[in-house]
Amino acid sequence: MNPSPAVEPRNAVLDRTWSDPPGLIGWLSAINHKTISVRFMLTTFGFFAAGGVLALLIRLQLTVPDNKLIGPDFYNQLFTMHGTTMMFLFAVPVMQAVATYLVPLMIGARGIAFPRMNAFAYWIFLFGGLMLYAAFILDIGPDAGWFAYPPLAGPEYSPGKRTDFWAQLITYTELSGLLEAVILITTIFKMRAPGMTLNRMPLFVWTMLVTSFMVMFAMPSVMLASTALITDRLVGTHFYNPAEGGDVVLWQHLFWFFGHPEVYLIFIPPLGFMSSIIATFARRPIYGYPVMVLAIIATAFLAFSLWVHHMFATNVPELGKSFFTAASAMIAIPTAAQMFCWIATLWAGRLNFRTPMLFALSFFFILLIGGLTGVMLASVSLDLQVHDTFFVVAHLHYVLIGGAVFPLFGAFYYWFPKFTGRMMGERLGKWNFWLMFVGFNVAFFPMHIAGLRGMPRRVYTYPAEMGWGLLNLISTIGAAILAVGILLFVVNVLLSRKRGDMAGADPWAAGTLEWATSSPPSPGNFPRPPVVGSRFPLWSKDGVAGTVRGLADDRREVLVTSVNDAVPNHRAVMPESSPWPFVSAVAVTVLFIGSIFTPWAIVWGAVLCTPPLVIWFWPKRGPTQKNIEREVKP
Amino acid sequence: MRALMSFLLLGASKLAAAVPAQNALEPLGVQAAGIHDLWRLTLLICTLVFAAVLAAFLYAIWRAPHSKVQLAPDVSTLDQPEPKLGRPVVIGVAISIVLLAVLIVADFVTERRLARLPLKDAVRIEVTGHMWWWGARYLDDEPSRMFDAANEIHVPAGKPVILKLNSADVIHSFWAPSLHGKKDLIPGRTSLLHFRADQPGVYRGQCAEFCGFEHALMAFTVVAHPPAEYEAWAARQRLPAPAPATALQKQGLEVFMRSTCAMCHTVAGTEAGARLGPDLTHLASRSMLASGTLPNTPQYLAAWILDPQKFKKGANMPATPLSAHELEALMAYLETLK
Repeated sequence: MNPSPAVEPRNAVLDRTWSDPPGLIGWLSAINHKTISVRFMLTTFGFFAAGGVLALLIRLQLTVPDNKLIGPDFYNQLFTMHGTTMMFLFAVPVMQAVATYLVPLMIGARGIAFPRMNAFAYWIFLFGGLMLYAAFILDIGPDAGWFAYPPLAGPEYSPGKRTDFWAQLITYTELSGLLEAVILITTIFKMRAPGMTLNRMPLFVWTMLVTSFMVMFAMPSVMLASTALITDRLVGTHFYNPAEGGDVVLWQHLFWFFGHPEVYLIFIPPLGFMSSIIATFARRPIYGYPVMVLAIIATAFLAFSLWVHHMFATNVPELGKSFFTAASAMIAIPTAAQMFCWIATLWAGRLNFRTPMLFALSFFFILLIGGLTGVMLASVSLDLQVHDTFFVVAHLHYVLIGGAVFPLFGAFYYWFPKFTGRMMGERLGKWNFWLMFVGFNVAFFPMHIAGLRGMPRRVYTYPAEMGWGLLNLISTIGAAILAVGILLFVVNVLLSRKRGDMAGADPWAAGTLEWATSSPPSPGNFPRPPVVGSRFPLWSKDGVAGTVRGLADDRREVLVTSVNDAVPNHRAVMPESSPWPFVSAVAVTVLFIGSIFTPWAIVWGAVLCTPPLVIWFWPKRGPTQKNIEREVKP
Repeated sequence: MRALMSFLLLGASKLAAAVPAQNALEPLGVQAAGIHDLWRLTLLICTLVFAAVLAAFLYAIWRAPHSKVQLAPDVSTLDQPEPKLGRPVVIGVAISIVLLAVLIVADFVTERRLARLPLKDAVRIEVTGHMWWWGARYLDDEPSRMFDAANEIHVPAGKPVILKLNSADVIHSFWAPSLHGKKDLIPGRTSLLHFRADQPGVYRGQCAEFCGFEHALMAFTVVAHPPAEYEAWAARQRLPAPAPATALQKQGLEVFMRSTCAMCHTVAGTEAGARLGPDLTHLASRSMLASGTLPNTPQYLAAWILDPQKFKKGANMPATPLSAHELEALMAYLETLK
């Protein structure tokens, strides 16, 4: 193996410079991207667990027909909170959380762009999520569905505060998502190690770049929609009130223009996980790198052109439906290209079946089913039969759990040594995987059949004579097995965290830059950032062509490079730790919570937000380094 | 009339003894059958693709050398330009494109076929979604021949039906899978659904778009009669409710008018003309109560009137406190509404 930059001795001054300050204030002031990312991952996983518990309650209620266990009022809150949690508090944020840890390491940067904004984004995400769960526990949680269609979610049919919490929470957590997208795009475009041209970026970095751009285009649509909803509810506008010239279908267009790309926001980063894991455990670069990149980009473009397939049952003109059918089906083409490239990689590889690889390989089975049922849903006529039935519930869980959760768990097994310096238990890992895999399929496959046999979704009960009882019983058993599998994951993390085998810098003998530094990485990531000469710098002879010298150790200096070719431009000084992002997040949260009760909160909330934001951004005097010091080896 | 009723009940019970048809895989109308054909083609193609890709995947991992330790990576492709995409990958993508094209064309063809249902002499029914029941107004060029019913859609078998779909409150979705795919009822907009039930029978359907509290209990039946029977049924429905005959029935009508019933319901031929709840003019001729929730028997009807929320928690109908005698009279009257 090549000498990696990790062998360079750690530098105490550098470590101190990039460390988070000690103490409680220091804890609240932390801005190091790894600290924030670990908190972010733990938080999103906490919400995943909460959403999972809700799902189990839903399954419990549906186990037998005519069940009286959970009434309609609580059931409607359950599935609303389950969907909202998984989509807004888990799926997209967890991808961004993992990315804020890995992307700087994978591109050889000492930090992340806008680190204070990163901390701010985390805090508002945390507060937004807690706010929603506080509402749920206080029995004012939303109950109009995670899709919140007006007029059901409007002022007339959802009086009270339930939907207000939902609408404001959506705007709020999406704000966090938007900030993270800005941070990731900037980091990826401007902070890559010298020599890491776009053409040499790891595929995971590509997926996060594409995902972040999608966030920039999709999130504003739902933020606009939910803001219009809250003004309908609080201020008395009539965006969605047909009696006053509004239109209830407007909501669906805005919501699904976000909602469908959202699925791909969740699904594209795992393509990067898959590529990282498969390359490492097949011991060769992914086959067809340019095809993979183009396929990711094509998927992102197509994802914006097919939102109407959620609305085939509304009055869409015939020709319009046909257009959206074609667009929806076409998205299978880039996915197919990627599948074939991975199969080619496996074909030509030398395989090693560790737990991360098992999770990655399960993707082929699960996503294939989810993708094919997706092609079925693209068809207008078939969709009119299966839309809003359990067939769709099955499909979307196959796509989201198979396409995102399984690769995500694989990614945790794969990168856990990097996060903690210790390996996760392999035996427990295999149990974890097989229980999840079997439980998942037992839980969700029967739902396809239930849906075709007429079972609509979002019903809290069904009559015995419909004959859906057995299928639902099987689903519930599967869900329990799946839950045990996930519980084993938690056990494995807790055990391995203290007692796992020591990992070393590169336990999998992988090829990308995050493995070039110690595990866990030092606060400044790389004592000397590497200069990259290959797509897999740790694998190829001249992959690490040298290291960057000349960055200060006693200031948070990072190297800023050009967008295409990663040619060094200048050195930038990153901000110091600060408690003000935290205080600002508290102030903004007060504004948002207030705005659920009175629109005047926007006014006094803005007054409250101003001082911390001003102090946060108050410019500090200090030397700025404009000239490039030519100490960088090309 | 009694003969018709007994036939209906017999027919209904015969079908109910089986399973009420609410199954996209058991099409009983020309539209649902067309969709079912498309389903079979799609399922076939998707199964083949699934098998082929999974086989390629399994073969790939079977043939590749395995190892328990991390081998040295094969970096031969890194230092030279990426070789052109291998023939199998290109062929795989090409086949995917062709199969998708087949499916898209099949979908277009099916969609056009569904749209071409001949609509000559169609029965036109305006269906209005309410939280959580269905209103049905049978349209006619002659206003005097129109009539209202609720929660059951009666149609002549073998004849086309045009449903005009509206909503009185939130979005609902009309779905009887054995007859056709679903269509949303959207406030402020009118949508149309065409279908044809090819055989007499009872088809169940239910609301498919989440519409709040009792979304789960918003079912309906489509009853398809032989055409002559349908005409007889419709003729009966056009009549106003018969005047109460016995003293008890007269008292019942009084109870109906005096208690909260008349504030929401219509009984044609009486002063009750409110439209908040289902039209009750021919209540006794229906097989189910509360939008497919309860069988229409005197016991259930009485229990429903006394406390609807016991069966349907979110129902907008208030509990009606009645003395035993009042209830008896009301029931005697309601039983005349055939």
